[in-house]
Amino acid sequence: MNPLVRDLVYLVAAACFILGLRRLSSVKTARRGNALAASGMLVAVVVALLDARVAGYGGIAAGLLAGSLAGAVLARTLPMTAMPELVALFNGFGGGASALVATAEFFTPGRGEAPAELVAISLGLLIGTVTFTGSLVAFGKLRGLVASRPVTYPFQRTLNFLLFAAVVAACGFVVAEPGRHAVYGAALAASALLGVTLVLPIGGGDMPVVISLLNSYSGLAAGMAGFALNDRLLVVGGALVGASGILLTQLMCKAMNRSLASVCFGAFGKLEAGEGGGEGGPRVVRQFGPEDAAIALGGAQLVLMVPGYGLAVARAQHDLRELADLLQARGVEVKYAIHPVAGRMPGHMNVLLAEADVPYGQLAELEQVNPEFPRADVALVVGANDVVNPAARADRQSPIFGMPILDADRARLCIVLKRSMAAGFAGVDNPLFYLPATRMLFGDAKASLSALVAAVKAS
Amino acid sequence: MTLALTLGELSASLFVFVLAVFLGFEVISKVPSTLHTPLMSGANAISGIILVGAVLVAGARGGAGLLGVAAVALAAVNVVGGFLVTDRMLGMFRKKRP
Repeated sequence: MNPLVRDLVYLVAAACFILGLRRLSSVKTARRGNALAASGMLVAVVVALLDARVAGYGGIAAGLLAGSLAGAVLARTLPMTAMPELVALFNGFGGGASALVATAEFFTPGRGEAPAELVAISLGLLIGTVTFTGSLVAFGKLRGLVASRPVTYPFQRTLNFLLFAAVVAACGFVVAEPGRHAVYGAALAASALLGVTLVLPIGGGDMPVVISLLNSYSGLAAGMAGFALNDRLLVVGGALVGASGILLTQLMCKAMNRSLASVCFGAFGKLEAGEGGGEGGPRVVRQFGPEDAAIALGGAQLVLMVPGYGLAVARAQHDLRELADLLQARGVEVKYAIHPVAGRMPGHMNVLLAEADVPYGQLAELEQVNPEFPRADVALVVGANDVVNPAARADRQSPIFGMPILDADRARLCIVLKRSMAAGFAGVDNPLFYLPATRMLFGDAKASLSALVAAVKAS
Repeated sequence: MTLALTLGELSASLFVFVLAVFLGFEVISKVPSTLHTPLMSGANAISGIILVGAVLVAGARGGAGLLGVAAVALAAVNVVGGFLVTDRMLGMFRKKRP
């Protein structure tokens, strides 16, 4: 194909990506934006297939067919509750592909010789491999195959730092002496290990940050491969995703009032809360049965629902909406208060509730909804913990001090649906549970919500 | 065809890369949190653009070609799965009962 034609088509594809991303950031246009980005991808792949460098199609066809089929089946069949791990998995595959492309380029005769190209190849290898193994560990944690609590061991930071230094050194050797293939293998192995050790210490509650960071890495890896292949579309696509991932990562960090460094190296969930939390005399837990809760909900004017990860685990989003519908039919105003880091990925609660057909107009963001809590008759906390922990506001000793929270404790009555008194992922005790205006309703979120629905219907 | 990369080509790529990073920040800076997941998942599918690179190296003969084929398969999962799952999510974001 004529290089000029190719470049022009690439330009069109890049424009599709940019406009697609732009439309993805508004609810009305998001679906069309996604379709636009997908069509950009399609023309780009067609142009690549027509490239003179492609000598045979057998392997490509097999790979395309197998990959597309697997991707389509996974995307169509997995339940919405499995979204975080699915996103992590797809992300890992993208990173793995970038590492493979960099490696193929390295071993192609006549390529992989100029130092500049070798720098790009080793960066693509490093970032792609870290993305691949890191995403697989994240997938394992989200799926429950790997302990989702932070895994820690002595000298963790030192070891990670040494490993990182080893990876950089190996990459340096690859650039200096590309003839030694063993060095390339060492760089690959060290990067793979680094991906594992970087994600292993990160706790479940910090997953939104990690997922968006890995998303950014997969873009950067593709961009680096683009440098090596001298392919501008890869460079543009990779840079766009890298930037958007970093932006999202920053938003998540801000929502937890933590720095990226403290998420990556802090092993947050391991921190034990000081025993100084119980200053106000003996701490009493007051319980509610479904009937008591139904009476409180039925008599309310404004009810704010506060969903958390427990809702996702129990797959209770439909039951929550049923309860909300029932209350609304009786003239109660209902809103869903969504914390940006509730759940295991950015926007997790929004997706879950959308699946249950909750109109997005009823979902309220943190800044918007917090002033409404004092006038709410009931705040119904379903499977959320750290995002409603008032210690973040008041207790300077608390590990989550400074994190913006939903002010569920400021509602006239706060009903907490919770499995047990266990601490949240941050391992921090929650004073909300002992406040005089708080009632606990113990049990699985799904079971408790259906009991509540039945009780409201009966009342 | 298989000329080594020149510094000129590299600096042109760097130029494009840096501008695209700025553009990426600008384009999505106003995303509402409702759309965080679909945006991330859509961006993730775009990072599957490595599929283009994978196709280019998979066409070669020998070991590099085989690595390329593996890369094509992985990237195709990323692209097809990523766009489809994003579409599925967005299909659920409906505005009912304002």
